[in-house]
Amino acid sequence: MTQLDLVPVKPTTAIVSEPVGRKASGRSVWFRMLVNDRVAAVAATVLGVVALTALFGPMLVGDLATDIDLDNSNQAPFTLAHGWANVLGTDPLGRSMLARLVVACQTTLSVAIPAVVISAVIGSVIGMWAGYYRGWRETLAMRVADVIMSFPSLLLAVVVLYVFSPSAANIVVVLAITRIPVYLRTARAESAELATRVFVDAARTFGASGTSIITRHVLPIVLPTLLTVATLDFCYVMLAESSLSFLGIGIQPPDVSWGLMVAQGRTYLHTAWWLSFLPGLAIVITTVSATILAAWARIATDPAQRWRLTVPQKRLSRFAKTGKAL
Amino acid sequence: MSEHQHADQVLSVRDLTKSFRVSGGKTLRALDGINLDLARGETLGLVGESGCGKSTLARTLMMLERPDSGSVTFDGIDPFGLKGKDLLKFRRRVQMVFQDPYASLNSRMTAAEIIAEPWRTHKTLHGSRADRDMRVRGLLDLVGLGAKAFGKYPQEFSGGQRQRIGIARALALDPEVIICDEPVSALDLSVQAQVLNLLNDLQRELKISYVFISHDLSVVRHVADRVAVMYLGRIIENGPTEPVFDRASHHYTAALMSAAPKLRDSQRGERILLKGEVPSPLNPPSGCRFRTRCAAATEICAEQRPPLSLDVLVPGHVAECHHPRIDEQQSALSHA
Amino acid sequence: MTAVAEHPPVDQTDADPALRVQDLTVDIRTIAGTVRAVDHVTFAARSGETLALLGESGCGKSMTATALVGLLEPVAQVVDGSARIGDTDLITADRKKRRAMAGPELAIVFQDALTALNPLYTVGTQLAEPFRIHHGLKAKEAKRRAMELMTRVGIPQPEERMKAYPHQFSGGMRQRLLIAMAVALNPKVLIADEPTTALDVTVQAQIMALLKSLRTEYDMAVVLITHDLALVAEEADRVAVMYAGSIVETGSVTEVFGDPKHPYTKGLLDSVPVDAVRGAELKSIGGSPPDLHSIPAGCVYQDRCPLVRDICRSTRPGLQDVGSRRKSACHFPGEVSNV
Repeated sequence: MTQLDLVPVKPTTAIVSEPVGRKASGRSVWFRMLVNDRVAAVAATVLGVVALTALFGPMLVGDLATDIDLDNSNQAPFTLAHGWANVLGTDPLGRSMLARLVVACQTTLSVAIPAVVISAVIGSVIGMWAGYYRGWRETLAMRVADVIMSFPSLLLAVVVLYVFSPSAANIVVVLAITRIPVYLRTARAESAELATRVFVDAARTFGASGTSIITRHVLPIVLPTLLTVATLDFCYVMLAESSLSFLGIGIQPPDVSWGLMVAQGRTYLHTAWWLSFLPGLAIVITTVSATILAAWARIATDPAQRWRLTVPQKRLSRFAKTGKAL
Repeated sequence: MSEHQHADQVLSVRDLTKSFRVSGGKTLRALDGINLDLARGETLGLVGESGCGKSTLARTLMMLERPDSGSVTFDGIDPFGLKGKDLLKFRRRVQMVFQDPYASLNSRMTAAEIIAEPWRTHKTLHGSRADRDMRVRGLLDLVGLGAKAFGKYPQEFSGGQRQRIGIARALALDPEVIICDEPVSALDLSVQAQVLNLLNDLQRELKISYVFISHDLSVVRHVADRVAVMYLGRIIENGPTEPVFDRASHHYTAALMSAAPKLRDSQRGERILLKGEVPSPLNPPSGCRFRTRCAAATEICAEQRPPLSLDVLVPGHVAECHHPRIDEQQSALSHA
Repeated sequence: MTAVAEHPPVDQTDADPALRVQDLTVDIRTIAGTVRAVDHVTFAARSGETLALLGESGCGKSMTATALVGLLEPVAQVVDGSARIGDTDLITADRKKRRAMAGPELAIVFQDALTALNPLYTVGTQLAEPFRIHHGLKAKEAKRRAMELMTRVGIPQPEERMKAYPHQFSGGMRQRLLIAMAVALNPKVLIADEPTTALDVTVQAQIMALLKSLRTEYDMAVVLITHDLALVAEEADRVAVMYAGSIVETGSVTEVFGDPKHPYTKGLLDSVPVDAVRGAELKSIGGSPPDLHSIPAGCVYQDRCPLVRDICRSTRPGLQDVGSRRKSACHFPGEVSNV
């Protein structure tokens, strides 16, 4: 990512700190930080559009997604000749690609987001607890994570969904379970390291309980990393759902997801390329934007790194690319 | 030591031991029978080199570690026997100032949040938001930081200022004893003086007792009323500052004092260079643990643990040695 | 632009100094502008003598050292000045020449031995390296020289210890290893950057004694960088006091510490707790070191100086002679004793 390799090296000591952002006094600080990083700003906008589409899209164009119009089947995109609704082409049943993409957006996100949230919450909580206390708790948690990780997650999903019928809820649960170890291990490692820090010792000296230390000290520091992991995991889960739908054990017709659309368009790749390409593009755009925003968020939520976003991008390029940590 | 047990000993430690298990199944005896006393309003200096156990002692006094045996008594109470609410209430009475001004503060909390954090655990002191803010400002003022410091993050402060924040946090619970673990070692010289003056003023105003751990002998000499010298888990010499520094009974103390570089020619005596390095705490020498580096060691030093030797001129000045430096002490006195 | 008094060139009295630094200036590009970390620093180090660069954190002493050995970070640049060993100017020398000089002419010992030694190679290999590279010795001969070196710096049982790794040594032993590597090729100039700060006091005494004996044996010029005044008092012959990137006073240690001619030096000496009555207030210098982004025009010390006057704010005092081989960058050196 652009911002991360440009490190203006601080000469060791008495050069006093640059203006660090005050405690986020409001939206304006975050907004400015976002605006200063143009690439992240674009990514955020894209994700905003995706989110809005997922929320409100189906209400607006839902019917168009199911209206079968055999006269208009497999029409090419990027022409208004067949009406504005078919500006992105139509599928073999004459349904508007645009409308289907919109509805699929909602389905895909309604699987990916809950899966990520559930696995993130469960994995992080257990991980932080295990990492802070160490001992048997840590061993137990890590072994459980190892067991889950030793199953190839997609294979596990296939098996589960084959046995229990593939509904959206089942998919969410399966994906959530297989992704727990990622958060667990990350949270555990960071928590274990933080537990040795002096300010945690200081908190123990005035009698703070383990739980309050985890909530007050460990969680806020671990959160940015977990958010980054979650955002990247979101991409993985989206792709996993797409793969499952592609294999036929994910979202079932008449429901539609981007993955399913890609699968359904497979046989038409030579004749109607847009059937697979457009939903695939939607997946790529969403995941890339999420990744970019994750990188931005990691810097923005860390008071020590925040200063990079208080300066317009142009000025940063003057500084040497060095790997030295500040 | 027994001559000093008045009623106003705020802290008494007897035969404290603490061991750790290390990889390979071996046991590390970090503390091997520690005895010390701290009177109210007094500063006890604790000196020793790396591996002597002073950090472990500090952590045990702060109840961050549980001792294996021995007793710790704060004002007549055994803190390790307390549980739950009583233990929590007790923790207010002894607090700590840490060495590293950068690591001891959470860089994601503002100065005000850091100072007020102890109250979040001691809800009875929590009070209203306005009340807390006022008290935080009071503490900032007490440690010499301006009102502007309130909402700033640690990165915006210098090392000395961060240490002041740490001191303010230690004062938040109104303790009677503060363990200062190398509080000025990481600071520049000009800032050291400021922080030492601050600690001094606070002691006078608030009648706090300090256990002052430091490797910098000139600093300890300035702040401490009494000094205890540690070596490989034991206190090998203990007494009022001046006799211990100038007329050490124990050979290690003498070597330590002579090794420290001194600013003025007049302070320098003969440089005693010790042989070799500190033995591993995993395998301390038999008998007197200092014998492997001591120029005055004899057979008995390897066979028997050294007895307590008392300085006849200074009550309360004791050392563990088979051959205490009586001659050198006497000649030092006659030259004084 | 502030009026700067001229810096007189390093005096060439008796023997030619082994290291002559003249007007060395280092600038750093930071996000908030360019900062002058080292400002026209001038000093000389003579063979068989120890010169101390004394100052608190951020004064530029370490950066001076890294500039001399050519290890400045990419954002820092030497923009003026020279540093001569013999006829060669370290600053303008090309990489090849620098590499040839590293070892036989100039060597450096850093503070943190653990990070300065490669954890993946045995100590024997690392110690033999200078011999293999510069003298072209074969492995066996280089190993023999390395063992001799280990004995010389006081590492017991060198034959066995050669095969050990850096992390298996104690702090004091590692520092001896670093010193061994530095003196392996008999350098003319040895820079020691806070060599004992991380060590216990008894180990420090041993290390400083070792350095002293090596200095005599190899007739080296030692530049000792430290913030510890007592260490300077005991181990150094001459001292250059630095503040905010500039040298504010130079001279022999006895004279400078006995009768300082700069208010900062006096302030530092007063801050050291010595002869102090237990519980008495320590004299401290008020305020804190200046932000290098905003060094005032005029004297760098003006904001904390008890002797400050108008001229101090307008004209930066250069290093002026205040005695035989003594200099001070102060407009009123004679009044310092009254402070």
